[in-house]
Amino acid sequence: MIPARALRLDFDSQAAARDFAILAKPVHGKRLAYLDSGASAQKPRQVFDAMRTFAESEYANVHRGVHYLSGAATDRYEAARRTVQKFLNAAREDEIVFTKGGTEAINLVAYSYLAPNIQPGDEIVLSVMEHHSNIVPWHFLRERQGAVLRWVDVRDDGSLDIESLDDAISGKTRLVAITHMSNVLGTVTPLAEIVKRAHAKGVPVLADGCQGAVHEMVDVQALDVDFYVVTGHKLYGPTGIGALYAKRAYLKAMRPFNGGGEMIREVRRERITYADPPARFEAGTPPIIQAVGLASALDYLSGFDRAAIRAHEHDLLAYAREGLRNLNWVRVIGDAPGKGAILSFEAEGMHAHDLATILDREGVAVRAGHHCAQVLMERFGVTSTTRASFALYNTKADVDALLAGLAKAREILGHG
Amino acid sequence: MDNSLRELYQEVILDHSRHPRHYGALDGATHKAEGYNPLCGDRVNIYLVLDAQGRVTDIKFEGKGCAISQASASLMTEMLAGKSRVEAERLMQGFLHLVKGEDGGELPEDAREHLEVMGGLSAFPMRVKCATLAWHTFKSALEEGAQ
Repeated sequence: MIPARALRLDFDSQAAARDFAILAKPVHGKRLAYLDSGASAQKPRQVFDAMRTFAESEYANVHRGVHYLSGAATDRYEAARRTVQKFLNAAREDEIVFTKGGTEAINLVAYSYLAPNIQPGDEIVLSVMEHHSNIVPWHFLRERQGAVLRWVDVRDDGSLDIESLDDAISGKTRLVAITHMSNVLGTVTPLAEIVKRAHAKGVPVLADGCQGAVHEMVDVQALDVDFYVVTGHKLYGPTGIGALYAKRAYLKAMRPFNGGGEMIREVRRERITYADPPARFEAGTPPIIQAVGLASALDYLSGFDRAAIRAHEHDLLAYAREGLRNLNWVRVIGDAPGKGAILSFEAEGMHAHDLATILDREGVAVRAGHHCAQVLMERFGVTSTTRASFALYNTKADVDALLAGLAKAREILGHG
Repeated sequence: MDNSLRELYQEVILDHSRHPRHYGALDGATHKAEGYNPLCGDRVNIYLVLDAQGRVTDIKFEGKGCAISQASASLMTEMLAGKSRVEAERLMQGFLHLVKGEDGGELPEDAREHLEVMGGLSAFPMRVKCATLAWHTFKSALEEGAQ
């Protein structure tokens, strides 16, 4: 086991950055400014060490084995579940289902919870700033079962229009599916308030926490949210692992999604019975080493004062925002109060892909495109943006590299 | 300054992307096709008029996207006007080799001079698809786009 760090009251991002070996490797001969953690975060060596040590000393398939290693691996896998439980402050460990990522977690809710409960004309409420992973599964229910999608708008500053949420929820609404933090705008939604308003009308809420859980401290009990989705690779953990939190009552009532080993109680020729949650939703051999890696990443993150990380990221965001304010040819999209450390913008006369190519040659990694949020792009009348997203290991030097790269792009691409 | 960037975004390319030639819809097109790259959102629509022998007597494009995709479409329309189908397909093969930095000297001398400005792309493999979109769309207009 990797011991958790001693809790720190302040946060030294330069020291933390030294845990991430990849950040020290130059790109195109330049110092790397990795500003694409919103797509996938880099991982600290503690995570690789934990996965390697586990794989080399305690690995076997989990559950049902009687030999020593199977027992050891099962203990570590279930300990990882408790780490996720604690990270989200879930009431019970069996409210945590491991999935292969955020997308699978949302699809699990769509297939196992909502699909059996949807009649033609029933409504699903979404915001226009959802990632495609929190849109497409609901479109499936529209195409296949006649569900109606109702959209909650954002204001011009990117904040959620909470009054339009009230209008969108009707007697036919079966679910509100909404992001905790927009992957494009950085907007943090008032999740507790959303849940309160939805519950007042008897409607459950699914929150996509793929960004939110990275940057905000999540307490699913305090939020009273019914489903909360996280993915490991944005939380400084490995790919191939994510988790669904769902209230026990929902999980108990949900039918299985994938069928196979581990998720059954009994299989006969003419009948089967299912295992209790969470095993019911974890058919087949799960991502065991990845679960250990995810737990290590959450331990790593929890070893810092997370409020101090948040303050650090907000400082970087403010610094970058101020830098862009001085460039009158750059338009920032998303300035919601209290937003998290994601900055999307358009630059006059430059397409996002040309800009990102030039930034790349300066060692600055950003994302360009529609960010799997085409409904939001349409809302703001753009086809693509350039996005810088900040993580605990970023520093002001990274922002300076971004700003210098922008000036260079202006020089190369001219003034449109 | 990074010379490969200067080569990629040289003045000819920026000029074509800002002031594309043969731009707009073409009434009376005999062939057309819509090109779209869902990964980056680049769009290029190609309109052709082919004569009875299959020669490109008129060509226009409309599109939206990065400088590379739009400049490539503009350069292509200049290159293909008046060409026979066989000549056009040979140019396309030559162009694909050029932007990928592969050997294959099929481009005739005048075409090589004209298209060489796109040669800088071979240092940017992530962007090759931007330049080839117009050509692939032209091909699908030829093969499947009869009106």
